[in-house]
Amino acid sequence: MNVTRGFTGRARVHNAGLPPGQYDAGDDWPVLSAEVTPELSPADWTFRVDGLVEEPRTWDWKEAHALPGSVYEGDIHCVTSWSKFGVRFGGVSLDAFLDVVRPQAAATHVVAYSHTGYTTNLPLADLTGGRAWIAWEFDGKPLSSEHGGPARLLVPHLYFWKSAKWIAGLRILDHDEPGFWEQNGYHARGNPWEEQRYSGD
Amino acid sequence: MTDTLATFTPPTRFAVPGRIAVSNRAAALWQTATLTEIRRETPHAATYRFAVPAWAGHLPGQHLMLRLTAEDGYVAQRHYSIASAPDDEGYIELTLDHVEGGEVSGWFHTVARPGDQVEVRGPLSGFFAWPGDRPALLIGAGSGVVPLMSMVRHHRARRSDVPLRLLVSARSPEELIYASELGAETTPVFTRSAPPGVPVGRMAAAHVAPLLAEQPEGGWEAYVCGSNAFAEHASRLLVAAGQPVDRIRIERFG
Repeated sequence: MNVTRGFTGRARVHNAGLPPGQYDAGDDWPVLSAEVTPELSPADWTFRVDGLVEEPRTWDWKEAHALPGSVYEGDIHCVTSWSKFGVRFGGVSLDAFLDVVRPQAAATHVVAYSHTGYTTNLPLADLTGGRAWIAWEFDGKPLSSEHGGPARLLVPHLYFWKSAKWIAGLRILDHDEPGFWEQNGYHARGNPWEEQRYSGD
Repeated sequence: MTDTLATFTPPTRFAVPGRIAVSNRAAALWQTATLTEIRRETPHAATYRFAVPAWAGHLPGQHLMLRLTAEDGYVAQRHYSIASAPDDEGYIELTLDHVEGGEVSGWFHTVARPGDQVEVRGPLSGFFAWPGDRPALLIGAGSGVVPLMSMVRHHRARRSDVPLRLLVSARSPEELIYASELGAETTPVFTRSAPPGVPVGRMAAAHVAPLLAEQPEGGWEAYVCGSNAFAEHASRLLVAAGQPVDRIRIERFG
């Protein structure tokens, strides 16, 4: 351990929900997108799931909202080291979409892509079992465009760059392909509890 | 970076590829950085120069992660843009705003002195990097000028003739970081107070339009850095002035 002379840091928070190396951002919710925030209306939004599936399918705003609603209440963790506690997102569980398209037995990974062209890769197992959502509400209100509205992917158990804003689709694959930040040195999975920030962590 | 895997290209409007491949080894390794010099830039910002003997080198626009460790093992880590141009001499510089209540910037501004040691890993991310190849239009506000200054310094050190312009917003001349270093490539915009004869006001279409009117061959690669509010504003100005969205790279604080 390399102690920094004279550094005490802020008051210690004994919060079991705080992953290693993270701090509680409180009410802040920083925006860190690397691209121009798109002007995308709900009427222009679509969500497609294809690749290694039995029935590729595209949903529009209305069709997606016809699926059973689901809420995530909990925490989110950004790789830049802030965490945000007690957030509430509304949308639809990704399981509801995957149940329709039915991934094939060979499917192992997913590239999620945005209406901007942003991409991020995830193991398929991280998107099933009630752990991932397509979210369009935050705190009961429509998700703002700078936070990924009209709809974003939400995978709160991984670092938040995996929760692609302005989600446009999932391509289901039988191998892993690095996405935007992953090609820029970030970790392939991004589990905050194992501090998987960068490739090699 | 792996180069054996093809990457999926989404069927959406644009993709924003990184400018350089990134060394995973450099990103994985924590190194000791020894503070060698502190220079005040403005009332709220100072530059910290570090010796990092095994520094792998960086490109302008890249950042690093810096961590401080307390006696009880408590660690605070933050991403910071690198201010210095690559120089291969094992030194890097960071320019840090004194953030109110900031535990890391607070330590730097009130405790740090030459000889102190911290830890860094990097350089990180190739997305905001400028290798010096394409004409660059740089737009920043406040300490958002830091990674852009690395590009300006690199441009000068190489005596490059690749077109480069810097449009920088500050509250006042006193708050303009690197003021004495800025040259003919730079247009400052002052939002609260300005020297006599210089208008006061927010960055506007009138600042961006002339730069896009004098487009170099192949167009500009635009780099925008600042708060989210500034980045949203500046990127909208760029798009409205005709800059293609896939040629705008944004780095937001946070």
